[in-house]
Amino acid sequence: MFDPQKIAVTVNGRLFETTVDARVHLADFLRHELRLTGTHIGCEHGVCGACTVLVDGASVRSCLMLAVQADGRRVETIEGVALHDGTLHPIQEALSRHHGLQCGYCTPGVIMSLMELGRENVGHSLSESEIRRALSGNLCRCTGYQGMVDAALELFGGAKGGQA
Amino acid sequence: MKAPPFHYHAPRSLPEALDLLRRLDNARVLGGGQSLMPMLNLRVATPDHLIDLGRIPELAGIEEGDRVISIGSMTTQRCIERSPVIRRQCPLLAEAIDHVGHQQTRNRGTVGGSLCHLDPSAELPVAALALEAELTIAGSTGARMLPFREFPAGYLTVALGADEILTRIDIPKMAPGSGSAFVEFSRRPADFAIVSVAVQLSLDCGGRLTGAAIAVGGIGYAPIRLVEAENGMIGRYPTNDLFETVSEMTASLGCEGDELYPAEYRRDLCGVLVERALAQAAERAGALANV
Repeated sequence: MFDPQKIAVTVNGRLFETTVDARVHLADFLRHELRLTGTHIGCEHGVCGACTVLVDGASVRSCLMLAVQADGRRVETIEGVALHDGTLHPIQEALSRHHGLQCGYCTPGVIMSLMELGRENVGHSLSESEIRRALSGNLCRCTGYQGMVDAALELFGGAKGGQA
Repeated sequence: MKAPPFHYHAPRSLPEALDLLRRLDNARVLGGGQSLMPMLNLRVATPDHLIDLGRIPELAGIEEGDRVISIGSMTTQRCIERSPVIRRQCPLLAEAIDHVGHQQTRNRGTVGGSLCHLDPSAELPVAALALEAELTIAGSTGARMLPFREFPAGYLTVALGADEILTRIDIPKMAPGSGSAFVEFSRRPADFAIVSVAVQLSLDCGGRLTGAAIAVGGIGYAPIRLVEAENGMIGRYPTNDLFETVSEMTASLGCEGDELYPAEYRRDLCGVLVERALAQAAERAGALANV
């Protein structure tokens, strides 16, 4: 290691105390050190959104944040979304129902963005344009986004929900 | 790609950060990392030392004063977006921030970082120029104030000494009887703008213009103000004819283009967007004046 840094970071509710090289970004730390390979790396310079995770509840591009910057913080990844017994989260259920994924590479990032959207808008019904804006930071080359938007509308769209 | 090796520093106070910056060679200051981190990953930047300002609480926050809104340089763009004070007192900044990046980048990206990085197509420098923002810059010998218009010094370069850190951005509150608008054109939502325009207009009670600020981004390395056009508007009524005349004045602007969007295309966009922003700002100013 060139510049070892001690960190204590909580990932999906579990505390990890370890040492990382300063140059390692959060996505690589999650994937290589913690073996949480559900967080995908696409472009590795902050454009595609595949590596989106939540840090203290806020969605971030984990390729644009150093692991050392997560010291003392709470990280949530796709591995923490479904229940331990494998029961899918309602967001995962809805994406599946509406064909909001195909190859699945962007899906973990999309789900983490939708997790934040849902938590920030409890009791508030979202419009399609608000949902599209929230998803604008996640690139998907398969679906054309409509399935994702339909899934999010069903969950967060209130009266507009339910359309297939 | 991955970032090259560097030494990481996370000072807990501004004096500590300034001391590190003064002592260390080839050091870069890390704000929210939404520009510098890609530059590291792409190996465009190869500093020996990274000084992370993210653990200095005094650099983040929004304070409302009598005359100005003070924004700490490490205040995130998301924090600006969600601030009721900014929406009320600096609506132009609030409208500009709606065009900046995505939620995932606004959650980390900072106001100070955007101004210091000075991407030629970034929105916040355009808003800062129109709003006549005053910067507070701390150095090892103390702090100094600098109007934002004197901050740009070249492509991706600002008038910041090697031992200096931008700490605060003061933005005058919008006066009653004023209206503002931020408009831009980009290929996709949340992309950097090809051209963006920020306008703030003030009217007297008779409906004549008493103040006009027009800033344009995307036509050079830094945004510019259309000073001649602004001066010509004072004392006039905000009519569509006037806005058309101002829009036509942009035809003579010096403009830099690139292979995707040549200079003449940007100049055309500039005329369209200036007229659109003026009309929107005037409408909003009128709505305010009638309250």
